Amino acid sequence: MKCLVTGGNVKVLGKAVHSLSRIGDELYLEPLEDGLSLRTVNSSRSAYACFLFAPLFFQQYQAAAPGQEALRCKILMKSFLAVFRSLATVERSVEKCCISLGGRSSRLVVQLHCKYGVRKTHNLSFQDCESLQAVFDPALCSNVLRAPARVLGEAVLPFPPALAEVTLGIGCGRRVILRSYQEEEEADSTVKAMVTEMSIGQEDFQQLQAQEGVAITFCLKEFRGLLSFAESANLSLSVYFDAPGRPAIFAVSDSLLDGHFVLATLSESDLHSPALCSPELRRLAPPLQAHSTPHLDDFANDDIDSYMIAMETTADSEGSRAVPSISLFPGLRPPCSPGPYSEDNEAEAGTQPGTPPPKKFRSLFFGSILAPAHSPPGPSPVLAEDSEGEG
Amino acid sequence: MKFRAKIVDAACLNHFTRVSAMIAKLAKTCTLRISPQKLNFILSDKVASGGVSMWCELEQENFFREFQMEGVSAENNAIYLELMSENLSRALKTAQNARALKIKLTNKHFPCLTVSIELLSVSSSSRIVTHDIPVKVIPRKLWKDLQEPTVPVSDVSIYLPVLKTMKSIVEKMKNISNHLIIEANLSGELNLKIETELVCVTTHFKDLGNPPSASEDASRDRDPEQMAEVHIDIRKLLQFLAGQQVNPTKAVCNIVSNKIVHFDLLHEDVSLQYFIPAFS
Repeated sequence: MKCLVTGGNVKVLGKAVHSLSRIGDELYLEPLEDGLSLRTVNSSRSAYACFLFAPLFFQQYQAAAPGQEALRCKILMKSFLAVFRSLATVERSVEKCCISLGGRSSRLVVQLHCKYGVRKTHNLSFQDCESLQAVFDPALCSNVLRAPARVLGEAVLPFPPALAEVTLGIGCGRRVILRSYQEEEEADSTVKAMVTEMSIGQEDFQQLQAQEGVAITFCLKEFRGLLSFAESANLSLSVYFDAPGRPAIFAVSDSLLDGHFVLATLSESDLHSPALCSPELRRLAPPLQAHSTPHLDDFANDDIDSYMIAMETTADSEGSRAVPSISLFPGLRPPCSPGPYSEDNEAEAGTQPGTPPPKKFRSLFFGSILAPAHSPPGPSPVLAEDSEGEG
Repeated sequence: MKFRAKIVDAACLNHFTRVSAMIAKLAKTCTLRISPQKLNFILSDKVASGGVSMWCELEQENFFREFQMEGVSAENNAIYLELMSENLSRALKTAQNARALKIKLTNKHFPCLTVSIELLSVSSSSRIVTHDIPVKVIPRKLWKDLQEPTVPVSDVSIYLPVLKTMKSIVEKMKNISNHLIIEANLSGELNLKIETELVCVTTHFKDLGNPPSASEDASRDRDPEQMAEVHIDIRKLLQFLAGQQVNPTKAVCNIVSNKIVHFDLLHEDVSLQYFIPAFS
């Protein structure tokens, strides 16, 4: 893989890496036919982020050497971020950025051609990896809102930078409401937190298709990652969401790139905040089964708050170097370490740990059927996930 | 108990925001006293505050276009609320471009001071930010501890130097010792001293001027060169100085030898009194 980024696009690339660094610690780099994709997922598997840069974004783009398969790799986010650490410096002095993978070097080489003939070369070690895929489809979401990033930036301004979670919803009069979300404290707790709410009229939105009363609660810190990118690139940001508990999709796009952040949302059983408008929150959207193909129903429905990404296995002949596929199933999650938004008492019934159904397995994160391009040879080895509990 | 007030003037709003920012630096938790004419921010000299006490007073009509309150009862027409000062300061800071700001006492599962801000917006629809600040209503039986402190009869009264200068000096001294001696005399001289085994550092301020004293006799009897001193915890002085972002209109320091140092400040129309006791 070899690609060359020039001019202002270097800063855009750097900004995207900064955004991704808010989510995960590892960056998955995959050159595809339709562009270079940079992806990451957080440790609790409750947030996934992906930027796809179209070939036109680059002055030169070659996904793979002719006749060879495209290589993909996983690198430490910290290392890649270090290349673009100071965006001000990047903007001021970097004229070109060349990224190459494969060839003679067993490193990912990022070379910055700077002013005055200075050239900075970063040789980053990488790991081969499986393709990090999350299957999600904004079109399946029943609610969408879209606004210029500036509007959303102003909307989150009143909230303290330390605030972890925020509730977004539609209030009375079709106003879009953002409210700080607090974990419920004990009843006799004397120190209650201040609650901040921002209400914006629908006129500020380019698109608003949602029912009054619907609301989702998600991690604000993770959302800020995409928001800051969108603000710097002056793009509009779209939010696609469904019922509480279903992941929300935040998207930006223009002719040269698109970015998607998919964040888990609190399910209704977790929510403590009062309804934004009507006394009852809208009931859950129809359970996932309605969307699924009829014959597959081994897995818990989407109320289960185990947000995990099923990683596709590819039956690569170079599988010897590949990291064995890790399919994560809720049944394997140790009950004592719930995910960020999971309930211990959520039914984990219905899962059959260890054996994915042949040929198809459901990506529980995003609740739709993923048919892998190659069927895994026999039942893939299922490894228990890290029991890193939600801290 | 009822309280509703509204600010529409930008200058008043900015001033009120600055006052709340200052209070937030001076006291983590404080009492807000609401009465028909005034608002007070109070910190009483409990053990928790290390003996430090504060009394800040402002005339409500200098800030609020509308102001309605109804106290606990007709005879006790006041409301005492305990709150985290930081919350109020943060809430007011979001009112940078506000068309109007309303504060009212509400009960949303628990008593709150709700700050509701209507922001100026480019589009036709307005944006509204609401902050619900949790408060604790202080019962009447505890009001006696929250009254205006009596100004002690001081041995020396002196005008303070530029507070920013004082702050940077005290900040450096803090690295050497926690024990600060503040002394002044009636000849306009003020000294800040720290003494350790290894080193003594003194900063001398001269020609500060002394306000006319309340008691003529006392000042006539006292030798103008004689210093009145108090030994205080330097961190308390630093906290006080850190809260003064703007140089006040008037700043007086009253020293009661070996007992207490009393700062009496006036920021435009807001008065602030701050008491730091001597080391016991």
